Amino acid sequence: MNKKSHTPLAHISKRKVLPWYASWGIRLTGIVLAFIFCAIVTMLVTGENPIQIYATMLYGAFGTPRKSWVMGQETAILLCVSLALTPAFRMRFWNLGGEGQILIGGLACAACMILLGDKVPNAALILIMLIGSMAAGAVWAMIPAIAKAKWNTNETLFTLMMNYVATQLVAYYIIIWEVPKGSGKIGIINQSTEAGWLPQVGPSKYFLNILIVAILTALVYVYMNYSKQGYEIAVVGESEKTARYVGIKVEKVIIRTLILSGALCGLAGFLLVPGTNHTITTTIAGGRGFTAVMVAWLAKFNPIAMIFSSLLLAFFGRGSNEISTVFGLNQSFSDILTGIVLFFIIGSEFFINYQIHFRKSTAKEGK
Amino acid sequence: MSSNTAAVRMRNITKTFGTTVANHDVNLDIRRGEILALLGENGSGKTTLMNMLSGIYYPDSGQIFIDGQEVSISSPREAFEYGIGMIHQHFKLVDVLTAAENIVLGLKEEGRLNLAAASERIRKICDAYGFEVNPDQKIYDMSVSQKQTVEIVKVLYRGADILILDEPTAVLTPQETDKLFAVLRNMKKDNKAIVIITHKLHEVEDISDRVAVLRRGEYVGEMITKETNAQEMTNMMVGRAVSLNIDRPEPKDVKDRIRIEGLSVKSEDGIQKLKDVSFAIRSGEILGIAGISGSGQKELLEAIAGLQPVEAGSISYVDDSGKAVEMIGKDPLAIQGLGVSLSFVPEDRLGMGLVGSMDLTDNMMLRSYRKGRSGFTDRKTPKALAQKVVEDLEVVTPGLTTPVRRLSGGNVQKVLVGREIASAPTVLLTAYAVRGLDINSSYTIYNLLNEQKKKGVAVVYVGEDLDVLLELCDRILVLCGGQVSGIVNGPGAVKEEIGLMMTKLGGGRSE
Repeated sequence: MNKKSHTPLAHISKRKVLPWYASWGIRLTGIVLAFIFCAIVTMLVTGENPIQIYATMLYGAFGTPRKSWVMGQETAILLCVSLALTPAFRMRFWNLGGEGQILIGGLACAACMILLGDKVPNAALILIMLIGSMAAGAVWAMIPAIAKAKWNTNETLFTLMMNYVATQLVAYYIIIWEVPKGSGKIGIINQSTEAGWLPQVGPSKYFLNILIVAILTALVYVYMNYSKQGYEIAVVGESEKTARYVGIKVEKVIIRTLILSGALCGLAGFLLVPGTNHTITTTIAGGRGFTAVMVAWLAKFNPIAMIFSSLLLAFFGRGSNEISTVFGLNQSFSDILTGIVLFFIIGSEFFINYQIHFRKSTAKEGK
Repeated sequence: MSSNTAAVRMRNITKTFGTTVANHDVNLDIRRGEILALLGENGSGKTTLMNMLSGIYYPDSGQIFIDGQEVSISSPREAFEYGIGMIHQHFKLVDVLTAAENIVLGLKEEGRLNLAAASERIRKICDAYGFEVNPDQKIYDMSVSQKQTVEIVKVLYRGADILILDEPTAVLTPQETDKLFAVLRNMKKDNKAIVIITHKLHEVEDISDRVAVLRRGEYVGEMITKETNAQEMTNMMVGRAVSLNIDRPEPKDVKDRIRIEGLSVKSEDGIQKLKDVSFAIRSGEILGIAGISGSGQKELLEAIAGLQPVEAGSISYVDDSGKAVEMIGKDPLAIQGLGVSLSFVPEDRLGMGLVGSMDLTDNMMLRSYRKGRSGFTDRKTPKALAQKVVEDLEVVTPGLTTPVRRLSGGNVQKVLVGREIASAPTVLLTAYAVRGLDINSSYTIYNLLNEQKKKGVAVVYVGEDLDVLLELCDRILVLCGGQVSGIVNGPGAVKEEIGLMMTKLGGGRSE
């Protein structure tokens, strides 16, 4: 045996539980490093001054009262979708169909506005739209849930496919309801009568949405942590066997939870269509069904932490819009920056859970 | 290579996982031509220490010498290069491949794969040590003991002359254990160094030449097996004098509690798991269930608990007034609705009985969260129960908010058993209640079961250690291939007879 003895350069071991300040310290360090790294990339790729780019991003998000309100709206809608996904995700049901559930909720609202616009009083119309959008979203999520509960189909693929169905349905109805004919879009619905538009409450048309989502955050938090149903969701998510062992009807919990998840996505459609946009397009969900997956994961499915993670992602969305117009950089560059920041944030989780020991150079003596 | 140099010398080995010190400053010698038993309670760091030899873990500090030369082992492949092979508790075999294919899997050999030559070499190894392996048999066709044999041959095929076996007898019948030991003695004669990790003291006395004891990660000493006894080894392991007798109070007021007739169960893929099983579970006594693992124990208990669809037969619960109700076709909630207070300690504690990521309070709540009409959970009562279980059963935990996954095996089991007996059951089903538990925790569990028995609870104890079954149980039902091989009375039962019944229906005797 004349094999050379060598010590590995470094080895990784699991850390003991860190106090909260240490783990947040690591996360903060991660974000700071991300910004420094972004600055270097910015200088190398575009030759622009990174400080100026950050300032522009900040301006894009909060520069004027209007920009701040839009920022609030973006955060609120993103948070709403993330909250919707939370019960499903806690149950380890990977609902990637948020996009479709938002769209179908929005479509239900648009249908009500167009078909019932002048036939029922406004308050009744809004109530019908609220129920309709949530029901539509619920149905869209319930279909894959039933298939999962009964035949154990793969929910990731099924919910994903449902997105395409929803998009095509919206495209189909846009052609039917298009205004003016041949334009391929619907335009502002009920522009003259404002029938079915949500009333403006407070200082901005976005205020109502923000308020609704704030209440929703508290409700979802309480539901997940203090209700019997929330407890059942957690048990089913951790171990279906344990759930059955204590007599939880797993199929029922899966379907019930997805009805809730889909309904809340439908609600996001309601906040978008009659709430602020007053029209529907196939891109009205804007990828939020997927961005929300990231928001929910970053927050570890904690509704309160989701306020911050949705704020962060909304900030990057808004800020990157701004730099693409001001500096003439294209949108992709801001996506690169978002990617870098996410990489560092997710990477910091590794350092929270593990530590690396490096070889001590003194220990390298004789063989 | 002089014969008095130790094959392996471990010096001042320390390994920590987070705050847990798995091994602290351990010194151990392994010699050729000798069988060393590594003894210690659960969590005393035996497996960790051996994993550092086999390249799975890397020590934080300390040195390893092989034949006097300092080495660094950072992967299982490197361990093989030093001739170290480990047979793990959980087999690492590919089911759909044959024995020979599994044995050559992962070997880097020159040229094309020559299975015929490999089979020939495997046969030679088998002949040399007395193994019985058919190189062309598929793993899924094999019994647990055959799979273990394949694991051992795999290690020898790779040229290992330092063998480590991690609790090899846990899954074997007494007869299979004897066969394994015969093989180990042959390998010892061939001047191989052998380390065996086990909890069973009589096996240590039977097979080993030397015993090394670890306690809480530290090396406490070694003894020559011939010069010591089970009591002394236990005391050294635990660190104080322990009584090794299990109580068996006289059963009182024995009545049929659950009658099972003609029970047959098929698994989802149509394999017959239980066939025409009939027996009674009685109040005030402990019914032991013996059998090779996978003989239908799991299905039997799950069928009683309402978790396993049944093909045919009847399971009826008899209450104190003698009225019987059928339990088949009812889920656990419906069984509870019948007024049957049934507790079940399943085999898979964290996968079925508890939720690993939840804390003690939330785990206590599993059984009781439905109580009350409010839509919100009440955490006060479960918290009080968790506190009581921690105090009564001496659960070692940093606090009630610690996820149960972080607790050691024995403490996890105490939490589960504590919760299950808290509901004052009339029937208590337990599956491998002391598997993986150290001596202290095991005795705590035996005492708890005896207490329940004295309260008139009908206790079922599915076990794997025949010595314990013989000492603890009032009657023992032996399963063989999903059928009842026989029921014997605990007092006066003979171990070898039960061993035979486990492998052959009725113990091979004509009925």
